[in-house]
Amino acid sequence: MGKTFAEKALGRAAGYDVVANQVVTVEPDWCMSHDNGAPIARTFKKIGVKNVWKPERIVFILDHAVPAPSSDHAVNHKEVREFSAEQGIKHFYDVTSDGGVCHQKMCEEGFALPGLIMVGSDSHTCTYGAYGAFSTGIGRSEMAAAWATGKIWFKVPESMKVVVTGKFKPGVSAKDFILKFIGDVKADGADYMSVEFHGDGIENMSIAERMTLCNMGIEFGAKNAVCRPDQKVLDAIKDNAKCDRWEPLWADEDAVYAAEYHYDLGDIEPGVAKPHKVDNYAPISEVKGTKIHEAFLGSCTNGRIEDLRAAAAILKGKKVAVRTIVIPASWIVYRQAMREGLLDVFLDAGCVICNPGCGPCMGNHEGILAPEEAAISTANRNFKGRMGDKDSFIYLASPMMVAASALKGEISDPREAL
Amino acid sequence: MSVKGKVWKYGDDVNTDVIFPGKYTYTIKERADMAKVALEDLDMEFNKNAKPGDMIVGGKNWGCGSSREQAVSCIKERGIAVIIAKSFARIYYRNCFNEGLPIIVCPEAVDAINMGDEVEVDFESGVIIAGGKEFKFPAYPEFVQGLIKDGGLIPHVKKSLGLA
Repeated sequence: MGKTFAEKALGRAAGYDVVANQVVTVEPDWCMSHDNGAPIARTFKKIGVKNVWKPERIVFILDHAVPAPSSDHAVNHKEVREFSAEQGIKHFYDVTSDGGVCHQKMCEEGFALPGLIMVGSDSHTCTYGAYGAFSTGIGRSEMAAAWATGKIWFKVPESMKVVVTGKFKPGVSAKDFILKFIGDVKADGADYMSVEFHGDGIENMSIAERMTLCNMGIEFGAKNAVCRPDQKVLDAIKDNAKCDRWEPLWADEDAVYAAEYHYDLGDIEPGVAKPHKVDNYAPISEVKGTKIHEAFLGSCTNGRIEDLRAAAAILKGKKVAVRTIVIPASWIVYRQAMREGLLDVFLDAGCVICNPGCGPCMGNHEGILAPEEAAISTANRNFKGRMGDKDSFIYLASPMMVAASALKGEISDPREAL
Repeated sequence: MSVKGKVWKYGDDVNTDVIFPGKYTYTIKERADMAKVALEDLDMEFNKNAKPGDMIVGGKNWGCGSSREQAVSCIKERGIAVIIAKSFARIYYRNCFNEGLPIIVCPEAVDAINMGDEVEVDFESGVIIAGGKEFKFPAYPEFVQGLIKDGGLIPHVKKSLGLA
């Protein structure tokens, strides 16, 4: 009987053969924390261990509210700086032009690598599966314990196989597919499971698109989500891998799955997740014309250069009808957008460009909604209150649909704006 | 150990943002303050009136969304005795054990319990008593029993490192 990706990755880390539902204790290759490094550091100190197990395995990336919008946030950042200095944590991305959204940085800096075990104190840590890593989100106590002991337990998950074939039609993207998929399997569709994306549809996608898919894994309950580390990934990591512990792993042909789904990308149309649940899917035909007050382009889901290019192509030479906030996912993306003239396109269209970071995604700053307002957003969650006010509404969509909607002030079909 | 309390009942897919809003994640630091905003964007009645010893009953996928542990801490600090649900999102599930907050997966009991009911839970015998009926629930997986016994992950780690 063949093995799934999760069985191979966790077996490699455990040092022995494992099967689904077995419990293993492994040493994480990387432990990533963002602004919540501060409360984790406080919990770590309560344990009573003087030093973290391996400072070189810990990564801090400030992104949730940068630069600090309040004194409370500033104190939080200060604690992360102090703890990093005290513990000798070198992989620290502070509020500088080296920074950005943590998941984007983990990928572009070469931490996300095939076969590694990566944990992060953030639910969207599953993003690194786009590079073939086994990566998953954990809570604060668990991260503090991992720093202290260098160990974390996992139940080897059962796996879901999602076979994707074909290519998108113009105006349709990875976000449209994953929103449709979540609408089909629902928010708990892969609870506790490892999700593997297979097929030539995935091979046709850029790494950026695969990141969008894996990033949204948690939105249907996945423990981790992963794509095969193909030549595109090997080329991307060739010169900037942060360690040599990696190894390309993939599921055997005869691996056993708890669930299997098949999709042809040619059948996917533009769609949204309506308020207030990510699995509340609707095709464009059902929501077209819905009034919006804000458009947000950015986040760990869709703030990459490919996303900015797709939106800019629609906005070029036109004016937005509602406030439109553009937040590149990192300063590397920001600079690239600047070089390509995309920032001028956004500014000429009337958009506001903010510094890389999470922005308004979880209601901290840079685009909070007023009661009764609606936003169309490229982020990953539309929960009630997510963007700061419990009486506001969030529609999740692709960068192309966000751009098309920004031009009209209502939810619009990107295929008509190409 | 047996507990008896009044039930606050909710539906499927209750997410961590409505349990503990994201805007507070870096401004509220004390556990007692976390308790004050518990379920603020889900149910203000709970937020104002929940008492220690009360219970929460949820549908499937309770605690989906963010990994924020405050969504567990705020409920534990509020003195909620137990959360019974049809299923839990996995990070929330782990966070509950790590925080020492008892949770039970029992879909049959969830269907039989209504908002405001008085429910009794006997952890030793693994039984929920609601509306005169008994519902059995399975023992916790072996690997989390140690965590529960020690009162959560941090005391458990301290003990295992000889620092307790």
